[in-house]
Amino acid sequence: MTGAGEPRAPGRPAPAAPAPGRRLAEQSGRTRVVLAEASRRDSRADRTRTELTQQTRVGEALVRGLVRAQLALALRMSLVVLIGLGGLPWLFAIAPAVGRVTVLGVNLPWLLLGLASFPFLIAVGWAYVRLAERNEQDFTDLVQRPEH
Amino acid sequence: MGNGFVVPAIVAVTLVTLGIGFYGLRLARTTSDFLVASRAISPSWNAAAIGGEYLSAASFLGIAGLILRYGVDVLWYPVGFAAGYLALLLFVAAPLRRSGAFTLPDFCELRLGSRRLRILATVFVIFIGWLYLVPQLQGAGLTLATVAGSPYPVGALLVAAVVTANVALGGMRAVTFVQAFQYWLKLTALAVPAIFLALQWQADARPAVTPPDGPAFRTATTVVVEHRAALTFPDGTTREVRPGDELTFAAGEPVPEVSGVATDAADWLLPSAAGDDDRGLFATYSLILATFLGTMGLPHVLVRFYTNPDGAAARRTTLVVLALVGVFYLLPTLYGVLGRIYTPQLLVSGQTDAVVVLLPGAALGDGTTGRLLAALVAAGAFAAFLSTSSGLLTSVAGVISTDVLGRGSVRGFRLATVLAGGVPAVLALNVSGLNVSQVVGLAFAVAASSFCPLLVLGIWWRGLTDLGAAAGVLVGGGAAAGAVLVTVLGPPLSGWPATLTAQPAAWTVPLAFTVMVVVSMATRRRAPADVGATMLRLHAPEALRL
Repeated sequence: MTGAGEPRAPGRPAPAAPAPGRRLAEQSGRTRVVLAEASRRDSRADRTRTELTQQTRVGEALVRGLVRAQLALALRMSLVVLIGLGGLPWLFAIAPAVGRVTVLGVNLPWLLLGLASFPFLIAVGWAYVRLAERNEQDFTDLVQRPEH
Repeated sequence: MGNGFVVPAIVAVTLVTLGIGFYGLRLARTTSDFLVASRAISPSWNAAAIGGEYLSAASFLGIAGLILRYGVDVLWYPVGFAAGYLALLLFVAAPLRRSGAFTLPDFCELRLGSRRLRILATVFVIFIGWLYLVPQLQGAGLTLATVAGSPYPVGALLVAAVVTANVALGGMRAVTFVQAFQYWLKLTALAVPAIFLALQWQADARPAVTPPDGPAFRTATTVVVEHRAALTFPDGTTREVRPGDELTFAAGEPVPEVSGVATDAADWLLPSAAGDDDRGLFATYSLILATFLGTMGLPHVLVRFYTNPDGAAARRTTLVVLALVGVFYLLPTLYGVLGRIYTPQLLVSGQTDAVVVLLPGAALGDGTTGRLLAALVAAGAFAAFLSTSSGLLTSVAGVISTDVLGRGSVRGFRLATVLAGGVPAVLALNVSGLNVSQVVGLAFAVAASSFCPLLVLGIWWRGLTDLGAAAGVLVGGGAAAGAVLVTVLGPPLSGWPATLTAQPAAWTVPLAFTVMVVVSMATRRRAPADVGATMLRLHAPEALRL
């Protein structure tokens, strides 16, 4: 479980990259450049927000992209479960020998279904939460990035 | 049964439930407090509450009983009940929370703007809620009859009364604390005795679960038959038994083969193979589909998601629930397996649902430890009835008070609660012969064929229209509900018709999706004009503060 305050997606570049301006400001000791830069960035972000809420074509395309990315992720994850768990009854049915294999005295189907399936489901869920939050972070970056 | 600890344990659980309920009453002031606990509940509390609400009589008693009776094939029940939360997480959790709707009918109106669809959803919420409430009350009646020897209606009415009072007086805020407490109680009530049972099994020199000669009685046993069956004895004689018949077995005597029960070691131990019975494979996949997709359509599960502060929290809560539920479901299997050794008489009597309650006493003997553990398990079972019924009642009452009575007041909610609790109580008194797990499975099938397609398509597909949604819910949900009524009330069937009605999900779920998509495409002009704004609201991360 990741805590709410944990930084998301390590290794990702910072969303806004005002590095040149800031370095210039630090060197020269002037702060006006930074403020101007920041305010311009905000107004751009505001414009994208407006495009989202006003349902312009750009906004619409952005939302469609997000929905598609999230749906594709959910479908990929379901496919993993579909193959990993959904394939088992079929496997046991066509290859009954698999059911007779025993590990530590317990038949394989009992171990797979009664024990291993739960950590498997939790692992898929954990991966999904991470990736879905990354998709949302990408979307947020896209909206708030100054050079958008 | 002469265990003096059982009744005090059940009374204690009931009193604590009521106590937390009254404590919550002091906190609950507005209608919003009543319905969604003012959305101020932390994810860990919320997750424990969802888990506590979800683990019903079917999970606590039914799964172990099914495993005792049928073996490996029914392990799909716990796997499916847990996997349902994964499906909920993948397709529904965050967008549903962001939609800001209180109930399923709210979601319908919000997404498709149709009052008529809202009414249809209300009808299905009430149907599924009652279908799920009846077996809970019934399980309570049977359990109390088993462990305390009380008449069947006492347990059913007791749970109905306690839950109705608690929900009517405290609303959901109280219920959240009650549910969270009851998750941990249920886990403890299965885990602690499980440790003692495993140690006892070791101490008994690890008797084989599937001895080569089939299961046998460890001690001299007298069995009172509860369900009609045909017995085949080892010497080849057969005997029809009826409820009330008494049979006596000596220690070491093998258990006779019972019709409809996997007595044979290979049947019980190994999954059903292809060729000999395709219906078995169909039923397995149908069960998988119903449980995987039904969870998201259960009204008492959905209503919990509105208590998360935002979409990201809803996702994390669901993941914690998946973990909590997964840990719990490791335990019933152990009870079912050890039941083959210590309580084989249940196979003959037909009362396999009692295995969890009777196993501690049977394995550990009549000493104080055995009695205390038996009382703990009985208390856990009662917690299961109380918590699931509370959750169901809250959501059914919420829907009735806003959509049927048409008032949003606290008083209206209380009136609705009495109404929502009274009907299933009357039903439970009149249908004591139903199989608890089967009815719960049917509720999942109806939910998977009605609300699952509505939610999934509503959240991910812009093309859904009100007519398409209504047609899909009516055809798919109606077919599943029809199958339920035929199974519960109709004449006994055999062959494919029996399989198709007893496990309908494999054909009703695809039917519901197909009808919904086809009708929506045919009525494309009716797609709501504000679908773009709705999609933005459902999917945009909160960090944007739009």
